[in-house]
Amino acid sequence: MEWETVIGLEIHVQLSTHTKLFSGASTTFGAAPNSQACAIDLAMPGTLPTANAKAFHYAVMFGLAMNAGIGKRSVFERKNYFYPDLPKGYQTTQLAEPIVGPGVLNIQLADGSHKAVRLHHAHLEEDAGKSMHEDYHGMSAIDLNRAGTPLIEVVTEPDMRSAEEAVAYLKKVHAIITYLGISDGDMSQGSMRCDANVSIRPKGTETLGTRVEIKNINSFRFVEKAIKVEVERQIDLIEEGGKVIQETRLYDSEKNETRSMRSKEVANDYRYFPCPDLLPVILDDDYIEAIRRDLPELPDAKHQRFCNDYGLSDYDAAVLTAERATADYFEAVASESDEPKLAANWVMGELAGYLNRAEISISRSPVSAQHLAALIKRIKDGTVSGKIAKQVFEAMCEGEGDPDSIIETRGLKQVSDTGALEQMVDEVIANNQAQVENYRSADPSKQPKMLGFFVGQIMKASKGQANPQAVNDILLKKLK
Amino acid sequence: MHTKTIAELTQLLRRREVSSRELTEHFLQRIDQRDERYNSFITVTREQALAQAEAADQRLAAGDAPALCGIPIAHKDLFCTAGVRTSCGSKMLDNFIAPYNATVVENLQQSGAVMLGKTNMDEFAMGSSNETSFYGPVKNPWDTNCVPGGSSGGSAAAVAALLTPAATASDTGGSIRQPAALCGLTGFKPTYGRISRWGMIAFASSLDQAGVLTRTAEDAALMLQAMTSFDVKDSTCVDEPVENYSARLNQSVRGLKIGVPKEYFGAGLHPQTAAKVQEAIATYESLGAEIREISLPHTHLGVPVYYVIAPAECSANMSRFDGVRYGYRCDNPQDLTDLYQRSRAEALGEEVKRRILIGTYALSAGYYDAYYHKAQQVRRLIKQDFLDAFTEVDLILGPTSPSPAFPFGDKVADPVAMYLEDTYTIATNLAGLPGLSIPCGLVDDKPVGLQLIGNYFAEAQLLNAAHQFQQATDFHTRIAPGAA
Repeated sequence: MEWETVIGLEIHVQLSTHTKLFSGASTTFGAAPNSQACAIDLAMPGTLPTANAKAFHYAVMFGLAMNAGIGKRSVFERKNYFYPDLPKGYQTTQLAEPIVGPGVLNIQLADGSHKAVRLHHAHLEEDAGKSMHEDYHGMSAIDLNRAGTPLIEVVTEPDMRSAEEAVAYLKKVHAIITYLGISDGDMSQGSMRCDANVSIRPKGTETLGTRVEIKNINSFRFVEKAIKVEVERQIDLIEEGGKVIQETRLYDSEKNETRSMRSKEVANDYRYFPCPDLLPVILDDDYIEAIRRDLPELPDAKHQRFCNDYGLSDYDAAVLTAERATADYFEAVASESDEPKLAANWVMGELAGYLNRAEISISRSPVSAQHLAALIKRIKDGTVSGKIAKQVFEAMCEGEGDPDSIIETRGLKQVSDTGALEQMVDEVIANNQAQVENYRSADPSKQPKMLGFFVGQIMKASKGQANPQAVNDILLKKLK
Repeated sequence: MHTKTIAELTQLLRRREVSSRELTEHFLQRIDQRDERYNSFITVTREQALAQAEAADQRLAAGDAPALCGIPIAHKDLFCTAGVRTSCGSKMLDNFIAPYNATVVENLQQSGAVMLGKTNMDEFAMGSSNETSFYGPVKNPWDTNCVPGGSSGGSAAAVAALLTPAATASDTGGSIRQPAALCGLTGFKPTYGRISRWGMIAFASSLDQAGVLTRTAEDAALMLQAMTSFDVKDSTCVDEPVENYSARLNQSVRGLKIGVPKEYFGAGLHPQTAAKVQEAIATYESLGAEIREISLPHTHLGVPVYYVIAPAECSANMSRFDGVRYGYRCDNPQDLTDLYQRSRAEALGEEVKRRILIGTYALSAGYYDAYYHKAQQVRRLIKQDFLDAFTEVDLILGPTSPSPAFPFGDKVADPVAMYLEDTYTIATNLAGLPGLSIPCGLVDDKPVGLQLIGNYFAEAQLLNAAHQFQQATDFHTRIAPGAA
């Protein structure tokens, strides 16, 4: 039987506000345990929450960027359950009246096709603390620094049909939050976390299969692998006559398998009800419109502009706008060098290759956009050939400084001086008489190809520094 | 000295006829000598009180004295006091010392008041007789075989026994007004949102409101003035201008339209209590007020609605008491579930557990619509009753409590009978309106309370009406036998 995969995502995005959602405590990552938990975060008796206005600002930015509705009235509710890293015994979250309503986001797949994924809603909520069960001699330790950090939970409709689509959606959301600057989006630090609801059904049917929730997958690559392996598991199970049960499973990246965590059938009754300590938040049109006016350029708009203004291909523009840092870097190189196509090639080629190998993000690139632009200018004005430029680039990656001084100190400047080149050409002709004879007696239509041999010899003799165009001209003249 | 009101004591202090230290020592001595009889204090803060009194005396001497400078007061033990235990009447918080002051505590401290100690109360403010306290029941100074009312029973008994000129209190369904009625005091619950709830340990957050127990309306005005401020730390605190509560006290009530809801005089009201309230109505008439019968048709739904909403909020508010971060923790917990179960089972009392269970049930999947959601809908109808009434009248008048103080144990076995104690006071909390209770006579030598309910932020008008009644009567000057 042919199966269809159905995927819905729940994405938690940590907002980069300076303070927590309901208290004035700092949200900086990596502080000493419990040093950033105030009386409110500790749920001391008599303390009360006050909502962080910046978190609402960010949530509205997000809703607008996602082409979604904004809840002009949003209500915090209490989600009740006991856990040691949940100090109040309830999580303050939104349910019936979230800040961001339904919407549709278009994603682009690897083959260039587009797909619309519906957003169910996105809501504001507070994060829990962390429980640590190792290193405490059988006891558990609790760090409440993270407790109360603002999150947006993004809940999609089950619109995705493959792991690749799920990853494309996740990357698009990642691009949007980082373009907006409302989150650092760092999945390795938990700033963006993804749960995937996965089910399968016979292709062509409408009814949804029983879904399994895969929890806390912490990289794009693992999202893809986890979904794939879970889909395989479900297919095998059903084809062997078994039944998928509704449950939560954890992805083990080392074994590349999902493992049952807890059955949803004995799920908590969270007893949601509106939080009486917080009033409904009412936003007016002026507030929302002011935020809309101040939105930065978003990935889709930038993509379009890169195609139009720089003449880039749809594919190149998509690659360069996938992350704001890459787009900003490219634009700096393009405008400084005035060579957008060369800039695109270098950013997507040499630079991306180096950064990937070195596992460095573009924002920490050892080669600044200004230096790369300078290098491109040197290619353009003939100071170095494209080939030599790669050597210069490697030196730049090693931190040897700006391209001009590297070209200078390493003596990589292209040789265009006719006298010097003629001498080299004469030597090559003298040393390769047989080839010269062959060339001269060959059919003129085959000569251009044969010329390559002589050019190669000269480039070798000049260590690549001879100006290829000038060499060509001299050779043609001398081999006549 | 202990029979004097705050208004009188303020004059004596300013004229330097008495020092705050003398006054404070006098009340501390009375507490030492007499409170064994009433059990109205959980904690007495002698050293801090004397230090505060001395600081107050310096300010008085320097002519830099804020309104309540040097006046001793007591705080209900649900207001957090930095460095001093705040138990909320529970074993759960027997060891809890907050590192912060409640805004009410802070404001009174700023206005120079001296804290004598923390008063007894029903556990987590859940009760109407002060019989649920971990620290034992409080006795009514008018008859020590009877309850003082609750949950602010310790505050009421302390003021009625003249152990403090005033005490802070809180009112979720009548917890200020009912003890005021049963102990012959003036008890004021302001509009919801008028006084910050920051640092006041929550029972039911949408109903809880801080207020005060005093002997006169004039004193209540002075205390409320000091306690009221807009507070950004409480999102439900309302940024509404604060009136001068003392300025209008002497205004005549001539022409004041007072509504008397017929539903407040039905079955269940003690006939002699009814008679005292009727006499009070006659007094207001003689002062020139216009009395009108009105109807609050959803009154009978107040108690059932309250006992869904209050326990629902309570069930979540109580979850933080889990034995993990502060408060009571059971010995040798075997695992997490054991830690939770035994810490809570061992440290919370029966009434608190009952309300957690009721609230948890009311919020459960499948019951939410039938209970919590329905109760919120009816709550709006109750509020609408009042809004309709206030288009016709300025104030609403009725009994505070169905009968005078009852003996210990009388209603313990029958929680519903206990809940009906708050029949006339609960609707005010559900609507968020201000209300007060003032004494209007004695039945069998026990005080009877008259309740006045005002429109939103009509605190000054209520205090004016209460003060005018107290100018025309002497019920508020009666002192519990043996208390003088």
